[in-house]
Amino acid sequence: MAVLRVKFTKDKRDKLAQVLWILNWISVVTGAILFSLGIFLKVEINKRWELMAEKDIQYVPNMLIAVGLLACGINFLGGKICYDCVDTTKFLRWKLIMLPYIICTFFFTFCVLVGALMCYGMQSELEDALTMGLSEAMRFYKDTDTPGRCFLKRSMDMLQIEFKCCGNTGFRDWFQIQWISSRYLDTSQKEVVDRLRSNVEGKYLMDGVPFSCCNSNSPRPCIQWQITNSSAHFNYDYQTEELNLWMKGCRQALLDYYNHIMRSIGLTVLITWLFELSVLTGVRYLQTSLENVLRQGDPNCESDGWLLENSFVETARSNLNIIKNLGKCNQIDTTNNGDPNINIPSTSKADYGPDNVPPKQIPADS
Amino acid sequence: MVVMKMKFPFEKRVKLAQGLWVLSWFAAVAGAITFTLGCILKTELRKRAEVMDNTDVHVVPNTLMLVGLASLGINYFAGKICQDALDAGRFPRWKTFLKPYFATSCFFTVLMLLSVVMSYVMKGSLENSLKIGLRNGIRFYKDTDTPGRCFQKQNIDRLQMDFQCCGNTDHRDWFEVQWISNRYLDFSSKDVKDRIKSNVDGRYLLDGVPFSCCNPSSPRPCIQYQITNNSAHYNYDYQTEELNIYLRGCREALVHYYMGLMNTIGAGVLTGSVLVCLRYLQTAMEAVAGQENTEIETEGYLLEKGVKETIMEYVDPVRMYSHLTRLRP
Repeated sequence: MAVLRVKFTKDKRDKLAQVLWILNWISVVTGAILFSLGIFLKVEINKRWELMAEKDIQYVPNMLIAVGLLACGINFLGGKICYDCVDTTKFLRWKLIMLPYIICTFFFTFCVLVGALMCYGMQSELEDALTMGLSEAMRFYKDTDTPGRCFLKRSMDMLQIEFKCCGNTGFRDWFQIQWISSRYLDTSQKEVVDRLRSNVEGKYLMDGVPFSCCNSNSPRPCIQWQITNSSAHFNYDYQTEELNLWMKGCRQALLDYYNHIMRSIGLTVLITWLFELSVLTGVRYLQTSLENVLRQGDPNCESDGWLLENSFVETARSNLNIIKNLGKCNQIDTTNNGDPNINIPSTSKADYGPDNVPPKQIPADS
Repeated sequence: MVVMKMKFPFEKRVKLAQGLWVLSWFAAVAGAITFTLGCILKTELRKRAEVMDNTDVHVVPNTLMLVGLASLGINYFAGKICQDALDAGRFPRWKTFLKPYFATSCFFTVLMLLSVVMSYVMKGSLENSLKIGLRNGIRFYKDTDTPGRCFQKQNIDRLQMDFQCCGNTDHRDWFEVQWISNRYLDFSSKDVKDRIKSNVDGRYLLDGVPFSCCNPSSPRPCIQYQITNNSAHYNYDYQTEELNIYLRGCREALVHYYMGLMNTIGAGVLTGSVLVCLRYLQTAMEAVAGQENTEIETEGYLLEKGVKETIMEYVDPVRMYSHLTRLRP
């Protein structure tokens, strides 16, 4: 009582082999695409390593690269196998490899599905990494003279210009940190001293933002100092002004960007998974039908193909038994001191009669 | 008096045809690349059309595209001719086609070489066009409420940020122009009134630049106002400060960029060499035609007569045709 039994004529088998050959090559191409997408994602994440906190998100592009390479290899082998399967004599070459190959492909397909789910699951970790990373970057914006942080200002400025964003959640984040280095503050001026005294930590805080927050679409020259003070600038209202600075926060902008990439990659991985699944099913049918052809002896006859020979439960049970016995064949039997020749009752069918029968008297010849 | 005669035994003819076939396919690819380069150059020139005064420089990408397409066609036919060249039965059908074919291919090769020369010659015209265009762009920077000039500010800002440049020749161009619109000037303030009175045209001039001139690589927050006033900023020297704003002018940056694009052209040489070899093959095959034994040695040459006579041979029919059309009333 096989699972999903299908009858295969010789023509149907040949067509199946050809279709599988094409599918395998398409899967090789999608594997290569996956590999390059993994590398692209790795490059994109590494480009902004300064703005991300130390979270382990490298596992997603690494997994994509590995899956892409494996897909290329497995499907290349599969293509070769399917190409040879049209000819029954060539199939004999691959007969022993096919079942392990199918099992490997099954586990690989499962890995691909896990990979696709990981792509969608990375979002929350990325958000955490970006939140922490961006707030650190903004805190060290002014430290252009500290080794290791010299280029943080430049990276932050280029990020805000490129992604058209300002600050972490919005431009007000800049009001809460000192982003002007003390090297450029004239501490002899009263105003500077007042600001430094106005908060507990002695930071020079102000309602101003760096120039990279300026919106190039604004009709007026950029207002980056005294932003909340409507009277400091002519014809300016802080509450209603929307075009002066970028309104979006950089965390949101970066998240949108990376989510867009991850969604496209996730879609590609799902499509790859579908191809792999169809290849797996097709190869399994091909293998079982060709084995049945060999069993019947006639290469042109009709044969059955199936996914599993018995039902799920029986197959699972027999596999478990095999695994159990694999463990047992190495164990020594300790009941007869290890010697298997002692005390084995005679079960031989040949019976030569009872032992105590006297010999027959032969009549003397007179 | 034959020009550059060479002897061609049968094997040499075969080798010449095969090598030429491969070369013609490479040259076809080079033609496609030239066409693509022409398209890219045209797109890039159109992207920044707002800061260019005229479109004279567009003749370079237009010529490149034309030559690239022509090169594709010419080399495709060259490949076909080479394939048929070794078969003495199939070659004769190309006979009437070959003379005009050579004339057109010579014309297009010359045109391609011309376009390479033109890209260097056009540098001056491009620079002039950019000078006028950028000057207008900077003058109309503040006119974000005038229809037709609304996006001038955006374009100039993006240009300065993308190409890391400031102003026309350098940042001082911004000191001579009023780039802040009157809508945002408080005319009741003394400072504004003083500045407007300080020059003949009544413009609000200041020693400041827009934010797009700011250099992100600067270690300090950007100083965009009172640039020439050292005492207005702590620890600042206008003469020695190099990292604060971009020092390069946008005209220089754009000319540099476009010249770099145009200098990547050089595929004209390949097309030229294909033509020379093809001419040898054609003349060698002509001698074979009509012979019973196709494997004889023949002679090939570039020109049957001298250079002057060949030119007269081509020009005479054209002259006669124009003479005839002139005679008709």
